[in-house]
Amino acid sequence: MKLELTVNDTPHVAEIEPRTLLVHYLRDVLGLTGTKIGCDTSSCGTCTVLVDGESVKSCTVFAAQVNGAALTTIEGLAGDDGLNRVQQAFHDNHALQCGYCTAGMVMAAVSLLEEQPDPTEADVRGGLEGNLCRCTGYHNIVKAVLSCGRAAER
Amino acid sequence: MTTTEIPAADGKGLVKIGQPLLRREDEPILRGEARFTDDVPIPGALYMEVLRSSHAHARIRSIDTDAARTSPGVVAVYTGADLAGEWVGQIPVLIAPDPAPLLAPRWGPIATDKVNYVGEPVAVVVAETRARAADALEAIVVDYDVLPAVVSPEDACTDRVVIHDELGTNKAYTWEVVITPESVDAAFADAAYTVKQRHIQQRCLPAPMETRAVCAVPDPMGGGGFTLYSSTQMAHLLRTLLAMTVGVPEQKLRVIAPNVGGGFGSKLQTYPEESLCLALARRLKRPVRWVEDRSECGVAMIHGRGQVQDIELAADSDGKITAVRVHLLGDLGAHCKLFTPGIPVIGGPFYHGCYDVPAFAITITSVYTNLPPTDAYRGAGRPEATYAIERAVDGLAAEMNMDPAEIRRRNFIPPFENGHQTVCMVPFDSGNYEPALDQALELAGYEQLRKEQADRRASGSTKHLGVGIASYVEVCGYAPSRMMAAGGGKFSLWGTSVVRFLPTGKIVVTTGSHPHGQGHETSWAQIVSDRLGVPYEDVEVLHSDTAIAPYGVLTGGSRSLSVEGAALSVTCDKVIAKAKTLAAHLLEAAEGDLEFNDGSFNVKGTPSRALPITGLAHTAAFDAHLLPEGMEPNLSAETTWDPPNFTFPFGTHIAVVEVDEETGAVALVKFVAVDDCGNQLNPVIVEGQVHGGLVQGIGQALFELAAYDDDGNPLSPTLADYLVPSAAEVPSFTLGSTVTPSPSNPLGTKGVGESGAIGSAPAVINAVVDALAPLGVTNVIMPASPMTVWRTIQAARAAAPNAKENGR
Ligand code: FES
Ligand code: FES
Repeated sequence: MKLELTVNDTPHVAEIEPRTLLVHYLRDVLGLTGTKIGCDTSSCGTCTVLVDGESVKSCTVFAAQVNGAALTTIEGLAGDDGLNRVQQAFHDNHALQCGYCTAGMVMAAVSLLEEQPDPTEADVRGGLEGNLCRCTGYHNIVKAVLSCGRAAER
Repeated sequence: MTTTEIPAADGKGLVKIGQPLLRREDEPILRGEARFTDDVPIPGALYMEVLRSSHAHARIRSIDTDAARTSPGVVAVYTGADLAGEWVGQIPVLIAPDPAPLLAPRWGPIATDKVNYVGEPVAVVVAETRARAADALEAIVVDYDVLPAVVSPEDACTDRVVIHDELGTNKAYTWEVVITPESVDAAFADAAYTVKQRHIQQRCLPAPMETRAVCAVPDPMGGGGFTLYSSTQMAHLLRTLLAMTVGVPEQKLRVIAPNVGGGFGSKLQTYPEESLCLALARRLKRPVRWVEDRSECGVAMIHGRGQVQDIELAADSDGKITAVRVHLLGDLGAHCKLFTPGIPVIGGPFYHGCYDVPAFAITITSVYTNLPPTDAYRGAGRPEATYAIERAVDGLAAEMNMDPAEIRRRNFIPPFENGHQTVCMVPFDSGNYEPALDQALELAGYEQLRKEQADRRASGSTKHLGVGIASYVEVCGYAPSRMMAAGGGKFSLWGTSVVRFLPTGKIVVTTGSHPHGQGHETSWAQIVSDRLGVPYEDVEVLHSDTAIAPYGVLTGGSRSLSVEGAALSVTCDKVIAKAKTLAAHLLEAAEGDLEFNDGSFNVKGTPSRALPITGLAHTAAFDAHLLPEGMEPNLSAETTWDPPNFTFPFGTHIAVVEVDEETGAVALVKFVAVDDCGNQLNPVIVEGQVHGGLVQGIGQALFELAAYDDDGNPLSPTLADYLVPSAAEVPSFTLGSTVTPSPSNPLGTKGVGESGAIGSAPAVINAVVDALAPLGVTNVIMPASPMTVWRTIQAARAAAPNAKENGR
């Protein structure tokens, strides 16, 4: 089937098998391997991307389901002026170790901050529940996300 | 780059050892550019899928691959019998329970006539795409003759079913260390108090977020060589072992571990899929790649823990421990992987914990079961040991109605700076245990917590507050070859590093370490900047590729900084020594008159005539005619470093929990960890390591269980069933530290990769038991799930209906 969508501001048209998962389309067809696969039960969140601004686990949807949508992956987050603020906060707070969960974690955090610009620690912990990290113990991830909140800016 | 990264103060871009430093590894990861094994594009690669045994114990009658072979896109289908000719040797055991004889079965990358656990490979499909390979896998029909399965180590001991006919028993070994048997017996006979407990170390899944992935690529230039990409913690050792078992000459094999998404010991292996991809690439003359599904990972990766622990303490009337006696039953799983039989043994000498125990006896029996092999998982033997002794010490405190902090204080080994011979085997390097306990109590607000607890109990609340302490000492810095050999090591580990000054004054470091999240690129550059006085940004650190890096054996056991990092420090000293000879020659001064500060040599008292080491590097490379007679051109050095002793990090963790009597739910409300890893190179990374370790230990205590049914079928191979804690289940942590430098290496560092995972599980369970003590609860098995806790409460109530009124 024919798929048309925009990924990181670049339009793509592709002929795909209908059973192609979005994460496979991104990784195998577009070569955007920054989005990871960490499970086969929609449990880990390493595959999180933004679809029309909303965070979506890209292993849980077929590429066909996002036909026409605008996607952002981890590769599309930084601008010409460097890392975006969430990426920067992850760096500044040592919120990544092996980095395998990082893309999904950052995308989920971007979406969380979009919905809750001023989250509490409980909001952050609850909001990131679907993203697993085995390295950081979450302490610094939570710190990083909180540092992006309005409260931290004041 | 942020301003926090490089302090502007010094103006030369120098960073110092001990300075908090953010990581240079981060940016490519944060941009999604860092490539992990399955991200590496390999043109023309075939995809391998592995058919795994669906039975825990069965003979293979036949395998019908006909339909799979004709499935679209399939290039080849192989069974174990088809591939029997590919293997030239068996994967060896690298730590054995010397001097006890080890009975170990034969095994290969793929089963031939029998399967011994669910998940064991029985056939492989190679196809043009991953989906085609997966489709074809379903068309393979295996006819099994199902045998009764052995799923508990106790059952294994009975030899009711013997798994490996050629061994005649399920017992792999019995390893015994008894320090003066009479004194142990006498201590128990004379004891004012005794404690006897049984603990279960449930099987855990290491569950790194990146599963394993492999790609074997025949040398595109011809020549018969191969490049193997693997998500491994041990590129060099993997190359050696693949050479020995698959028969590709070691020098013809290049192993690259790209970015590796966590390991925690699970990637310290030579796994079947590595052997298979390499053998199939050789056979098919095309690249062959494989990536593990998560649910496959639950059965195809090693498991951690898996022990039954019987521990007894004897104590005098003051609460001074007079003897520790331990019987350990190790569940090795279906066969021995690299370190399988050694894991219980590594923990053996730590069952007396950080306590001055005069009499000690431990017997370890390990058995085979029809479950996946167990092996190194964060802490490998020490978390288990710490759990048993720390639970037992709390049991003693309860017995004596003494504060658990006080009982520990009374028994700590007194402070020592340079060697302490414990009752069992290896001498500890340095230790000062009480200050870590004091700091943890202070940070936790211990007095206040006990008050709150008393108030809560008095109020009759059904939400019980519990405080749990665990003090630990563990062993890291795996290397000292003589001690390794004495402890059953069948291989040596050492640290390697090369420092090469380039003619422009920049530096390339190659190291034997294989980081997978630990930030070695940052830390190693930090060491070099500090030691050589060169800008941090001018130091490039290369690793994890056997074609580039010196042989570094493996990264595990918190050994990187204290062995590989120390090797780098030694190499820097060599570079300085050579540069000093050159500087003295050029300055026409005696070497003894020179001093070296912030990267420059000058004659003492005349700082104006200074020669920067970067300039000397240029001279040594391109003005080699100026070198003193006999000096080799270029400023570089190399070290293979074998330290004199292990290192022994220690600390105290305190958990505060709230347990709901009505639901059995445990909420971890506070966690304090005070760890002493010797001198800290980079506190940012130290804290990160501790945080991660804590959640793994907390996970074991409260959530994680690799569950199996009675037939050996996995009940929790996926992340939907196996509960890796999320951010919502854990709190933020309060960390502290003490610093007791290690005499075992020039950096004075001990290692911190595992500490968090070692103190946390016993602290949490001690807290849960402490919370429920008024209900008569004396033990809760891991994981302390609501159901388990609730049942434990009901059982305690049934046993002692009036317990609640009796108080603590
Ligand atoms: S890969 Fe785990 S949730 Fe998508
Ligand atoms: S940083 Fe390794 S899984 Fe999160």
